[in-house]
Amino acid sequence: MSLDKATVARIATLARIKVPEADLEALGQELNQILHWVEQLDQVDTTGVEPMTSVAAMTLPLRPDRVTDGDRADDILKNAPNAMHGFFTVPKVVE
Amino acid sequence: MSDFTDLTLATARAGLAARKFSAVELTQAHVSAIERNRGLNAFITETPDKALAMAKASDERLARGEGGVLEGLPIAIKDLFCTKDILTTAASHILDGFKPPYESTITQKLWDAGANCLGKLNLDEFAMGSSNVTSHYGPVINPWTKAGDNRQLVPGGSSGGSAASVAARLALAATGTDTGGSIRQPAGFCGIVGLKPTYGRCSRWGVVAFASSLDQAGPMTRTVEDAAIMLGVMAGHDPKDSTSAPMAVPDFRAALTGDIRGLRVGIPKEYRVDGMPAEIEALWQQGIDWLKDAGAVPVEISLPMTKHALPTYYIIAPAEASANLSRYDGVRFGLRVPGASLDEMYENTRAAGFGAEVKRRVLIGAYVLSAGYYDAYYLKAQRLRTLIARDFDQAFEKCDVILTPTAPSAAFAIGEKMDDPLAMYLNDVFTVPVNLAGLPGMSVPAGLTADGLPLGLQIIGRAFDEETMIRAAGVLEAAAGFTAKPGRA
Repeated sequence: MSLDKATVARIATLARIKVPEADLEALGQELNQILHWVEQLDQVDTTGVEPMTSVAAMTLPLRPDRVTDGDRADDILKNAPNAMHGFFTVPKVVE
Repeated sequence: MSDFTDLTLATARAGLAARKFSAVELTQAHVSAIERNRGLNAFITETPDKALAMAKASDERLARGEGGVLEGLPIAIKDLFCTKDILTTAASHILDGFKPPYESTITQKLWDAGANCLGKLNLDEFAMGSSNVTSHYGPVINPWTKAGDNRQLVPGGSSGGSAASVAARLALAATGTDTGGSIRQPAGFCGIVGLKPTYGRCSRWGVVAFASSLDQAGPMTRTVEDAAIMLGVMAGHDPKDSTSAPMAVPDFRAALTGDIRGLRVGIPKEYRVDGMPAEIEALWQQGIDWLKDAGAVPVEISLPMTKHALPTYYIIAPAEASANLSRYDGVRFGLRVPGASLDEMYENTRAAGFGAEVKRRVLIGAYVLSAGYYDAYYLKAQRLRTLIARDFDQAFEKCDVILTPTAPSAAFAIGEKMDDPLAMYLNDVFTVPVNLAGLPGMSVPAGLTADGLPLGLQIIGRAFDEETMIRAAGVLEAAAGFTAKPGRA
């Protein structure tokens, strides 16, 4: 499979990374080089092999559904590039 | 006094206990060494005032006959660990100005044990790289140089600042993290010991995430004994990390008995890769002979899926990274580049904030997880991962530890392999399979190339059997008698 410019643009949108039109071609070539290389895995027959979804053979533990932390809005907002009245701010999303 | 910076964690702790010198003197020697060696670019943030204040508190505790395992010992922290109110960057522009309101579990444990914080160490951006050249803060310089060649060499990566600082005697020890070799490969390139524990041995809480099913923190030190001591402090169950193993922490230092009689050492025949320099091949054979002389029994093993480990890794790690790095959105922390809409603000921020290698991996990750390609790439890689882990399970029926080279080359010059991501990825050919299988592995400095660069050998252990791995590493270290020091420090 090879990525064309339109696909590179679509992935960039999915990943929310702006890629200038002029860079799409070269970036596509870089990504294709990596994708072609990983496609060597197609040589391996993995029929009937379970995908590994967890490194350790353990069930994720449950904890009591209790609030154990919080009330630290000021601490957390301290790192925000822009915050007002105890909230994060973003460009206007509702007209 | 330079002698202070040549101490180990163990000898410095003993010196402090015997009141031969103070923690402030010890720390001041390291603070001065850091100032003299700023050319290595090992640190992103130096915290000398904090280190000296902590050392003073250590001296007070020591005077009362108190003090933890690492009391008064100056160490440095890879800038991937969140440290409360201290700039934490992951070497990325996108985390500009980020001062975490919390402390990672591992650094908290180190401070609780009495260690002093010298600062935050340079790394590849978000730990994505094998030569520390992708850092927003510029490359780290390896303190080692080739004989008769003054070109600057890479320290390896991603824990390049950690390896360089420990090798150059700027810190007694450092923390590292290892997703595909990021502790072991730079340890090999810089002639120090680097230990990646079993997945789940150390808490990932408060460590900036790259690929969560592979990331594991570990110690980087100048001796195997120091690695054992520091791992003992870093390890342990943490309810805040749901993948941290609820297991007791053994006395890793006690594992250093020096007795490996009858130990079966697996030698994987598939690790003789094309183009590997003859001197690495020879050092590997020397390592086998050293362990044999100490009473171990070499056993040939087969890890046939090894050749598929790198491509498998380069699907799984970017996929996890693309999910983990979605949090850098210009809203909650770090950089924001304005845009007309919310989406445009995200896109502008991430375009300006991420470097080329991080973008490449996030885009690959987004692609292999996208509708229509998920099965062909991501699910396929997960199935391969099962086969790679099975290889190790079968091998460990015949052996107790596995011995391999750490990396297929010694350190290379800054600027080499930069235009070819795939050539760079090959650095991790011997280390990546270990992460995919979740096993512990460590690099021990074992020799020098003909032109004077350090080379490491890797010992891989069974899951949660760091003790046997450390025991074998101790024997290897004693046999190798590696005492060479880097030229730049």
